[in-house]
Amino acid sequence: MKRLLFLAPAVAFVAVLVVFFAGLGRDPSRLPTVYQDKPLPAFTAPPLRPGDVGLSAADLQTGGPVLLNVFASWCGPCRVEHPVFMRLRAQGVIIHGLNWKDQPGQGLRWLAENGDPYVRVGDDPTGRIGIELGVAGVPETFVIDKQGRVRYRHVGAVTPEVWSGKIEPLMAKLRSES
Amino acid sequence: MSAEVGQFALILALLLALVQSLAPLVGAWRGDRVLMALGRQAALLQVGFVTLAFGCLAYAFMTCDFSVTLVANHANTAQPAAYRFAATWGSHEGSMLLWVLILALYGAGVAFFGGTLRETLQARVIGVQGLIAVCFLGFLVFTSNPFLRLDPAPIEGRELNPLLQDPGLVMHPPLLYLGYVGFSIAFCFAVAALMEGRVDAAWARWVRPWVLAAWVPLTLGITLGSAWAYYELGWGGWWFWDPVENASLMPWLLGTALLHSALVLERRGALVSWTILLAILTFSLSLVGTFLVRSGILTSVHAFAVDPERGVYILGIIILTTGLALGLYGWRASALRPGAVFTPISREGGIILNNLFLSVLCAVVFWGTFQPVFIELANGDKISVGPPYYTLNFMPFAAALMLLVVAGPMLNWKRDEAKRVFQRLRIPAALAALVLAAAAVTGGVKGLVTAGGLALATWLLAGSIAILARRWWAGRAYLARSILTTPRAIVGLTLAHAGLGLLTLGITGVTAWETDKVLNMQPGQTVAFAGRELTLTTVETTRGPNWEARTARFAVKGPGPDFQFRSERRFFPSAQSQTTEAGIRVGLSGNLYVSVGEESAQGIVVRLWHHPLIIWVWIGGVVMALGGAVSLSDRRLRIGSTAKAAPTRPQPYAAPAE
Repeated sequence: MKRLLFLAPAVAFVAVLVVFFAGLGRDPSRLPTVYQDKPLPAFTAPPLRPGDVGLSAADLQTGGPVLLNVFASWCGPCRVEHPVFMRLRAQGVIIHGLNWKDQPGQGLRWLAENGDPYVRVGDDPTGRIGIELGVAGVPETFVIDKQGRVRYRHVGAVTPEVWSGKIEPLMAKLRSES
Repeated sequence: MSAEVGQFALILALLLALVQSLAPLVGAWRGDRVLMALGRQAALLQVGFVTLAFGCLAYAFMTCDFSVTLVANHANTAQPAAYRFAATWGSHEGSMLLWVLILALYGAGVAFFGGTLRETLQARVIGVQGLIAVCFLGFLVFTSNPFLRLDPAPIEGRELNPLLQDPGLVMHPPLLYLGYVGFSIAFCFAVAALMEGRVDAAWARWVRPWVLAAWVPLTLGITLGSAWAYYELGWGGWWFWDPVENASLMPWLLGTALLHSALVLERRGALVSWTILLAILTFSLSLVGTFLVRSGILTSVHAFAVDPERGVYILGIIILTTGLALGLYGWRASALRPGAVFTPISREGGIILNNLFLSVLCAVVFWGTFQPVFIELANGDKISVGPPYYTLNFMPFAAALMLLVVAGPMLNWKRDEAKRVFQRLRIPAALAALVLAAAAVTGGVKGLVTAGGLALATWLLAGSIAILARRWWAGRAYLARSILTTPRAIVGLTLAHAGLGLLTLGITGVTAWETDKVLNMQPGQTVAFAGRELTLTTVETTRGPNWEARTARFAVKGPGPDFQFRSERRFFPSAQSQTTEAGIRVGLSGNLYVSVGEESAQGIVVRLWHHPLIIWVWIGGVVMALGGAVSLSDRRLRIGSTAKAAPTRPQPYAAPAE
């Protein structure tokens, strides 16, 4: 009996190992979305910027590929990707934002502090719209085509590598689609 | 040329590591002294070749040899020389080379200083150490060769991540690695003891200084990392529960437990198999930390060189080392001599509780870090765990542990009486109660947690000082002499525990009273914040060696002398990225922290923080490390196994037995 006790660490180790091995295959930034190649469900988010119009599903069908970025002021990786969006805004890429599960006022502070790259930006303090869209955490970025269908969903920060490696080629392809 | 020399040196080091692992193990098994001596020589030679390889890479970085791929990717002629040197270990390959260098240094340390060890034990330790070196040198040579050439060589290199171009980075990874890798010695001693089938006081007396030698730089490294995140990332926080931060915290928690349980083993010969297990697990968690940062299994802000293939290799190393060690443990540990007896209320009992709490804390962090992986495997859900999880699960156990920290050193070895212990603790307890009452009255119910934190800090500080005070009071007839003859181990203990108190004070202060403010400011505008008057004097463009910046200068009036400080956003053209340099006015009672953001027609965005007492978080960390260092300089540890035997039990195996 006592001998078995000493073997317990080895057994636990094997169990952890199995998980690690399984985890190796996973790419934490790759999450399929149920809305792949489908339009997002209808939603209307109240405005984050006072006096603004907010964000609704209709805003995503404007006849050109757009990005929908879900962000929060408390999220570390969001700070990493934010300069990328600022640069993209300057290049004319249309980016909409959804401020997810933030304290009142924090999202606005965040934009004031880091710059505001968003054309439309909605507020989702309870995370309810996030549930509708299938958002698991922040940051997440959806690439939406001319017909308003989700073509790609990126989980995690949009770093310069992610942009130039995945999203930019996809956006170019979507632009050339009729 | 230097790259080829470095490459050959690495390959030779790998071959020597093979000799170092096989010769002494076979030698110890057959009782062949020549083979055992060969192992020692191989370990000493190996450090020479690894140093040569590291020197070659550093040379390539210093001379901007862009025909080496690694240099072309991480160095740039505009970069200051100090950061080009630091870039040597700023990449995945370079940091692995640094890892291997430190491993070789520790291995050579055992070969060089281990003369008083039982010869077979020393040979086995060196052999196991050699096995680990083979794994990592193989990893370097076969999957992450730092000396790969690039043809044609570019005229200009890319640049090290600007966030990492900071004095903090120059020291942070080497310190962490000194800690991580240092635990490999305890691991090797544990495996060697399992092979030999015996553990004695001499074993523990040898292991403890090595654990301390790893624990001190790890503590410093974590402290430095936290300070670096505070001033460089510009987020105004000091700990984010990021997977990579957790990766360094887990070995620290278990290493701290090991430090204490090895003490019991050394002084009382108890907790034998538990100490062995801790030694194995502590180093394994260091390896898991390496795995975590490089495998891409979890997303993190500072995970680098994410590559599943490398992850597989490191996982292979973990299987080989931890798997074999735990297998050996399951097979042999039950045969180890059971420990000496003691009653629950005793120093040993206190340290068991300490180990229990530290292990639980480590498990909490482990679960929090890997929960996303486990949950996804169980039901396919993706989740992430944030600070609320840790506040809820980590803090209560940590607080309970801190209550215990003061009581532990007041307990007698073997047996004690609860009533007497309470009596010894009456002064710190009274002081803590006083602070608790005062803070609760002024802060109300809402401030109860804050009051608890302050009381805990008082308890820790007063309790630590009480250890020395009690000792000196007992010898007050010869005060000067009793102060001078205080063993350094006791001074170290006092410092380390008091450091924990300072850390608690800092955490409580900054958590309870932090204030912040965000606003747009025009030059000349003044704002009142945290009892001070802040004026934005100028915003201008400035230039550095490899960046240009928008610099905002502030003049501050208020209680205390007036001062000026600045914050800037730096843009690094060759890396195409930017960093924020926060302006920080450091003070013992609190820091004033300013970081600037985007500029627009309304002015520049200014974010202000007041962080009361935050400096004590890092002072606490440094004091803890200092305590460890003082303890390490204690005569008892320096002399090793030739020092006087612990009075409680004779030394069973003083001479080489085989």
